[in-house]
Amino acid sequence: MMKEYELTCIQCPIGCALTVTADGDNVAVSGNTCLRGAEYGRKEVLHPSRTVTSTVLTENGEIKRLSVKTKTDIPKEKIFEVMDVIRKTKVKAPVRIGDVVIENVCGTGVDVIATKSVEKR
Amino acid sequence: MTYHDLVIIGGGPAGLAAAVSAHEAGIEDILILERDERLGGILNQCIHNGFGLHTFKEELTGPEYADRYIKKVTDYKIPYKLKSIAADISAEREILYVNGEEGAVSVKAGAVILAMGCRERPRGALGLPGYRPAGIFTAGTAQRLMNIEGYSVGKKVFILGSGDIGLIMARRMTLEGAIVICVAELMPYSGGLNRNIVQCLNDFNIPLKLSHTVTKIHGKQRVTGITISEVDANRRPIKGTEEYYDCDTLLLSCGLLPENELSKSAGVTLDRVTGGPVVDDKLQTSVEGVFACGNVLHVHDLVDYVSEEAERAGRQAASFVKSGKENDKKYITLSVGSGVRYTVPQMIDVNNMNDSVTVRFRVSDVFRDKSVSVCYDDKCVIKRKKRILAPGEMEQIVIKKDTFGDSMPKTVKISVED
Repeated sequence: MMKEYELTCIQCPIGCALTVTADGDNVAVSGNTCLRGAEYGRKEVLHPSRTVTSTVLTENGEIKRLSVKTKTDIPKEKIFEVMDVIRKTKVKAPVRIGDVVIENVCGTGVDVIATKSVEKR
Repeated sequence: MTYHDLVIIGGGPAGLAAAVSAHEAGIEDILILERDERLGGILNQCIHNGFGLHTFKEELTGPEYADRYIKKVTDYKIPYKLKSIAADISAEREILYVNGEEGAVSVKAGAVILAMGCRERPRGALGLPGYRPAGIFTAGTAQRLMNIEGYSVGKKVFILGSGDIGLIMARRMTLEGAIVICVAELMPYSGGLNRNIVQCLNDFNIPLKLSHTVTKIHGKQRVTGITISEVDANRRPIKGTEEYYDCDTLLLSCGLLPENELSKSAGVTLDRVTGGPVVDDKLQTSVEGVFACGNVLHVHDLVDYVSEEAERAGRQAASFVKSGKENDKKYITLSVGSGVRYTVPQMIDVNNMNDSVTVRFRVSDVFRDKSVSVCYDDKCVIKRKKRILAPGEMEQIVIKKDTFGDSMPKTVKISVED
């Protein structure tokens, strides 16, 4: 059955208004101004996903929290499961930007990585 | 008194990008003054992603975006001082800064770049009735407390104002296990980007109530609840529309104000609408050799545009330091027509201008299927169709020098038309 969705693209701050028509796995996207938008529209109706950003506790860090993100997007329905793991995670300073903080979080195949460097206190 | 070719006030995204571009333009004697404990400014607490798509063609978080510029500053060995607060700037470009190690120090600068950023509109400026219990934070303060200091700010949260930081914090607090009841916005449209409404509110089923404001804050020690009311076209609360919500925290995301106390001490003329300095196409303020860029000049939605603007300020300051003298100035005024709130720059110095000038502006209302027009005196020269124009999204238009022709216009007017 053919379905039509009106979406706002979240790939960049322009926020294009997308029209996505889906018939099973057959998806057509219009209203996008770039390829990322087409890909987003397709994914959003088939398998919506998001990048999760948060912080973890640092031991001996110059600041208390280390900012982290999932290296790529993860399935949207896994957001809270991933957050539960992130919330329980502690790291020892020093940490370098890009370091892997949690490997393959919740079996998504995606690592959680540090987004800033934190020196030892 | 020590002398530096260029002193940059502020080590956030604007100050960093300005320093990098001034260095690349051949100025080595630079000093960046930063009041926080690390470079990067507000980006350090903006741990969400969405930064850098224009600048780096990839999606970065705030700290990652800052890191790209901090690395360049360190690679170029550009000197900076942390925990150092600029306390005064004179029209002669003498800067007084204070820190715990050196005390009060005066330096003389060949050129100054103002890059102090902005601050949030606080509760006191909003006129919210009620007591002053704990639990009322500006969204940015809550963001810093959570993302850097590691405090949980509240469990049941109401957010007033739909600025981007408020929307980002709605998601952030939800992810950390708080309940975000609702975001209320005084205006009939959101102040934040559409993408943030989608990914921060809709994703988590957080309602957005437009044309609503907080009319009472309950609680004496800690916030226990708030009352909101719908507002009429004049933004006055409508009697009988009151709704009460239980909550322990109220976040305020009600606008950002360029921080220009230092600019004032230097005698820089400010624009009443932007709250920032009046600048020409070189981003030079009314005080010679003093330039401005980033959120101190006008509040931006995108850091990418801050960087681009700051790079321009860095190049212009560098050429000012190197050449010293410019041709006599001859100004064209950029004026705002119907539907436009402000432009930056506010004037173009045609005798010294580059081949083209990027003019940024904001519209005063939400417009659908209208055009942006640019008129030289009475003659319309550019007309560009727009599907949507909104106050929350900054617009830009490029004006080319060769389009002025022989008869130089006196004013360039930008307006929204049918």
